[in-house]
Amino acid sequence: MHIYANPARFLRIAKWLTPLLLVSGLVLTGGALLWGFTQVPPDRLMGDTVRILFVHVPAAWLGMGGWTAIAVASLVELVWRHPLAAIAARATAVPGAAFAAICLATGSIWGRPTWGTWWVWDGRLTSMLVLLFLYLGYIALSSSLAREGQASRIAAIFGLVGAINVPIINRSVVWWNSLHQPPSITTGGSSIDAVFLWPLLAATIGFSLLFGGVVLARMRTILADIQAEARLRRKAQKADMKADMQSDGAIA
Amino acid sequence: MREALDQMLFVYASYGVTVVGTLAIVAQSWFAMKAAEARRDRAKSK
Repeated sequence: MHIYANPARFLRIAKWLTPLLLVSGLVLTGGALLWGFTQVPPDRLMGDTVRILFVHVPAAWLGMGGWTAIAVASLVELVWRHPLAAIAARATAVPGAAFAAICLATGSIWGRPTWGTWWVWDGRLTSMLVLLFLYLGYIALSSSLAREGQASRIAAIFGLVGAINVPIINRSVVWWNSLHQPPSITTGGSSIDAVFLWPLLAATIGFSLLFGGVVLARMRTILADIQAEARLRRKAQKADMKADMQSDGAIA
Repeated sequence: MREALDQMLFVYASYGVTVVGTLAIVAQSWFAMKAAEARRDRAKSK
């Protein structure tokens, strides 16, 4: 892992990996959504709303996966002081928040025709909303710390503590009564028919590739900003030193 | 009174939210990266 701690080496890999992930993600996601939209038959119980599954489930997976990635990066930053870990955590927060918001929006749209309501304050929906608020808090905290040039250890601790919400979201439908159905895909197998499962898998992989590409692009943005700022600061220091030497010479 | 809901309207809405949201975050991240790297290269060449 420390092999990739070098930002120069990371940038060399990210330069070709970013467009590759984004293009392959766009193609796979587009194909999977088209497949789900045009080829999948209506479900016996849910009817056409079953198609919402192909956007809602990947969004939920990435919303939770994004915070898991922040927690892992925060741990790596706190324990090994990996120089890219803090940047990776910061870069993951905005796409993670976007997918958590998409998950809540599509879940609400799915709930209206299926449950007869846009929203209920049950364990699954409420814990997912808490995740979105955690993301917003993390984004505000990490960007304000970065602006002030402070160490990101506080944001890393926040990232680790917030991870407690991820297993709560996952187990919420088991622990509490909920309108939301229990888990359909577990380590023991899947209760979803293959006709729905394959496009769902393709959409999840496609959105995950896009997520990876977005995270890499945002990491490159943060690194480029740091490098530009460092270069401008060095030049300003050199100019100051030159001006000091000239004024000293003029006095002498 | 029972409501007559057109399920496909909800499907269109959820796909619309997801596609617009995803493309927006992809485009914003890509153009922000290009702009930041151009700024860095300008700072290098100055």
